[in-house]
Amino acid sequence: MTVTLLHLALPLGSVLNSFSDAVDFILHPQAAQTGGTEVGGVGYIWPFVRTHLEVSGLALAGSLVVSLPIGLWLGHRGRGELFAVALGNAGRAVPELAVIAFLAAFIGVGLQNVTIALMVLGIPPILTNTFVAVRQVDPDAVQAATGMGMRGPQVLARVELPLAASTIMSGVRTAAINIVATATIAPLAGVSTLGELILGRDVYGSDGVLAGAILVALLALIVELTLAGLQRLVTPRGLILQRASAGA
Amino acid sequence: MAVLTAKFPELVAAGLPQNFFHNRKNPDCVQSNGAFCVGWAVDNFHTYVGPALKQATMVSVSVAAGFAIAMALALLSHRYGKLVPPLTGFTGILYTVPSLAFFALLIPITGFGTETAVIALSAYTLQIIYRNIVTGLANVPAGAKDAGRGMGMSSRQLLWRVELPLAVPEIIAGLRVATVSTVALATLAFFAGAGGLGEKIYTQLNFKTNIILAGGLAMLMAIVFDGLLVGLGRAVTPWRRHRAPPILEALRRLRRSV
Repeated sequence: MTVTLLHLALPLGSVLNSFSDAVDFILHPQAAQTGGTEVGGVGYIWPFVRTHLEVSGLALAGSLVVSLPIGLWLGHRGRGELFAVALGNAGRAVPELAVIAFLAAFIGVGLQNVTIALMVLGIPPILTNTFVAVRQVDPDAVQAATGMGMRGPQVLARVELPLAASTIMSGVRTAAINIVATATIAPLAGVSTLGELILGRDVYGSDGVLAGAILVALLALIVELTLAGLQRLVTPRGLILQRASAGA
Repeated sequence: MAVLTAKFPELVAAGLPQNFFHNRKNPDCVQSNGAFCVGWAVDNFHTYVGPALKQATMVSVSVAAGFAIAMALALLSHRYGKLVPPLTGFTGILYTVPSLAFFALLIPITGFGTETAVIALSAYTLQIIYRNIVTGLANVPAGAKDAGRGMGMSSRQLLWRVELPLAVPEIIAGLRVATVSTVALATLAFFAGAGGLGEKIYTQLNFKTNIILAGGLAMLMAIVFDGLLVGLGRAVTPWRRHRAPPILEALRRLRRSV
């Protein structure tokens, strides 16, 4: 019995050790694997976090600016179904590593270029979800609005958009997850995000790699939870009530 | 080539045609890192086959494992409806963690190798497959279930003979999304020591031909897997009348008119 417990405890102990070393890396500076400079510590890591958020935020904003108007318009007119759905499907098949590598080799490195590459991954889910969301709005609601004398843009802004908001937000969440995840490999294109720690085993050691992974995972979870909260906020109360009564 | 040179001298001055219209005897393309060196690609294609097959195996195993786990979870939550919200939340959290970070988090626990990659990749498939099985089962028409019960089926028979078969289209849809995104994610599996096409990309990160070839193969793999699943879906739901894809339909019409 004691032997089995010990056998279980040994790997568990080493796992716990490496995780506590990683936390130590986040909190306190230490010598780099390559010798010389000091790495680690909050002050050292903070710029990576900031760059990660910056490039992700820019890319998400850019994706929204491009895909929201197109998705809303196509959905409102009920056109381009094949385009919107095919784009969403194709977007999932694109390997993130290939996008970043392609960009670095063909276009160039730097914040601007990485933002564009991340937008490639952010646009499809938002566009597809926006299109589907507007298309799925109850036609009775649209007819009622038209009957009340609303014009096309008014119907879009005051009926279709609010009713579609929740589904659009779930597209935004998917886009944000994709973007934050891909921003992790942005160091390959010269932008020092948190991925710098994960990809730089030679410099930061396994503690640094694990520290980077913990921080990236936390960052992604925080972004996801924030957007999930936002999604709840933009869902009209009427829809929630309707769903609740349909579920019951 | 000569025609082109005559027509676009400024292109030649920019050094573009040599890069674009490279022939096998011209090593310039590789040296100057041309957009796509066909000769090099043909000569070195065989080195991409192994990594591609490795990635395909990795994806198949991950999706199969993810499907088995998701199916078990979905059947449990079909029985105990209270499990749906926590399981949806849990699989959603797994899905949120960026893949590179997931691999790095697993390495201290499961070590460096293909197993680590498969664990992370199958964890990613859970969210989509689980959600689709649950929705598929929930969308089975009440009439079909009533008819089954009226025929004296037990709830187990009802599940296997009525509910699951009717949920197949939704389940296949989930598998398709999961598989296609797993192919894309698996290009990062080299980081966990699992090789694959990502390793090819990473080892020659600045060589354009390599990136296009490896990236293109990964996307092709996603398309092939997707097509296989569509075929599987059709094969297991023979009672659904399938409309031929638009292109085949158009061809048929053309043949009839000729």
